[in-house]
Amino acid sequence: MEYKVKSSTKRITLGLVLLGVLAVVYGILTHIPGQRIWANVLVNSYFFLGISVIGTLWMAIQYVAEAGWSSGLKRVPEAMAQFIPFAGIMLILVVIGGHPSLHWHHIYHWMDPALTDPTSDHFDEIIAGKSAYLNFPFFLARILAYVGVWFAFTLFFRKASLAEDAAGGLTYYKKSLGLGAVFLIFYAVTSSTSAWDITMSIDTHWFSTLFGWYNFATFWVSGIAMMAMITVYLKRSGYMQHINEEHLHDLGKFMFAFTIFWAYLWFSQFMLIWYANIPEEVTYFMDRWENYAVPFGALPVVAFIIPFLLLMDRDAKRSMNMLTMAGVVIVFGHWLDVFVMVMPGALKDEWGFGPLELGMFLGFLGAFLFVTHSALSRASLVAKNHPFLDEAAHHHV
Amino acid sequence: MSHHKEIHGLFGDEEVLLKSAKQLVAKGIHIKDVFSPFPIHGIDPVIGVPRTRLHIAGFIYGACGLGLALFMFWFLLIMDWPMNIGGKPNFSLMDNLPAFIPITFEMTVWCAAHGMAVTYLLRNGTYPGKKNWNPDPRTTDDKFLMLIDVEENHGMDVEEIKSILKQTGVEEISEK
Repeated sequence: MEYKVKSSTKRITLGLVLLGVLAVVYGILTHIPGQRIWANVLVNSYFFLGISVIGTLWMAIQYVAEAGWSSGLKRVPEAMAQFIPFAGIMLILVVIGGHPSLHWHHIYHWMDPALTDPTSDHFDEIIAGKSAYLNFPFFLARILAYVGVWFAFTLFFRKASLAEDAAGGLTYYKKSLGLGAVFLIFYAVTSSTSAWDITMSIDTHWFSTLFGWYNFATFWVSGIAMMAMITVYLKRSGYMQHINEEHLHDLGKFMFAFTIFWAYLWFSQFMLIWYANIPEEVTYFMDRWENYAVPFGALPVVAFIIPFLLLMDRDAKRSMNMLTMAGVVIVFGHWLDVFVMVMPGALKDEWGFGPLELGMFLGFLGAFLFVTHSALSRASLVAKNHPFLDEAAHHHV
Repeated sequence: MSHHKEIHGLFGDEEVLLKSAKQLVAKGIHIKDVFSPFPIHGIDPVIGVPRTRLHIAGFIYGACGLGLALFMFWFLLIMDWPMNIGGKPNFSLMDNLPAFIPITFEMTVWCAAHGMAVTYLLRNGTYPGKKNWNPDPRTTDDKFLMLIDVEENHGMDVEEIKSILKQTGVEEISEK
């Protein structure tokens, strides 16, 4: 079954990309500080990088678990993961732009050499103590390694999957299974370290031990929501008729369960710090409470309560409309989550939410959807020689 | 309770029973119930068991637990005997709310779980002290029983139902 991207879909997604570019131009023309524009690039590149990697992680988990039910829709996560290099390049640009010699922005203020120089007036003992890990060359190398290795695994899975389409047999499946296990170990470590690097290091003095899992929960739930919405879109457009209510039900269960999981981690981090009230820890939430009350207060509602109530009923998880509605709320809610992770450290109280923020989010979303759809159109929508395809056809919840 | 005439069809395999039930229902025979040592996947819609409403009750119990917990905290720790919670402002439920969330969550789960368990037992007629009624004790071991109430199948006599049933892989037919 070949998928042909509708010209209207192409126009809309490319239109969104144009909107994102216009938002940046608008930002420059209205003299919005470069720091805020770069912070927005960071928010969106990190968010969409995280969502794309979920495509790879999803495939790896399905291989390792030898899951059958999801084999009919596996081209969707495969296509989502093709966005990794695009988001990755934007992220690497942000990192390079933070180098003190460039002065594009100062989001990662630990990059300032004065902070680690004992003779300087600005010497910061805590940051100097972390400089063995937080220094520019090592930092850039880590980011390159995350993006590079994640994408290398993605390419391998994709290649094996397409080869399986042509040749059949179990060889490619077994290879993917073994490599999936390796990827899971690699991702288990790098999902945490990438979260420390990309967002936690913005508030350099502060640390939280469950920050990595909390970031992972954000991406996992929004990635699955994105996957469900793309699947529903394809089904609505007349493709993927082999995906029925039973498969949607399982995707809905994933969205519902990990909405709760995210809330659990988010609240655990918040409550312990709030309760203990130790100055060095609580400053993180003081910044958010004082200057970001609206997005911060909206988080538990948008990212937890609304999707929780929407997806609670069995029928809701089997309905394409409800999945789409909950999916939109989840993706936006978790984008807001990343926004609240990045902005307070980068902009303090000089933040805003206007055409720039909205436009850049839509721009990245458009690029993500464009890449995903063109990747979908480059291969058959069904991995036709997948060994568990028959099991997926008889899936019954 | 007036005694209705019943036909019992005993099966050795749940897949055979499921297939047989489909054939019987297609011929317009109403199956009253199926007895099985374990849940048979997909039998409910075939024999017309209505969707359970237990989850709706569960949601209501959970909401009650949530309200009960918040009321408890407000009364015990704010109103009746204000407590200093980690130096946070007392006399305020909202300002101390994060400290109460874990217990509120547990109260919600507790009430939902116990409420649902009790409702399930009452509604099923399996509450403690209830005298067991089972048409054939072998259905607690390795047999599957289909129960047809003759009164519910007007216009069909016993022999007609039995002859249809006989063609569907049944192991044993009895009348009660």
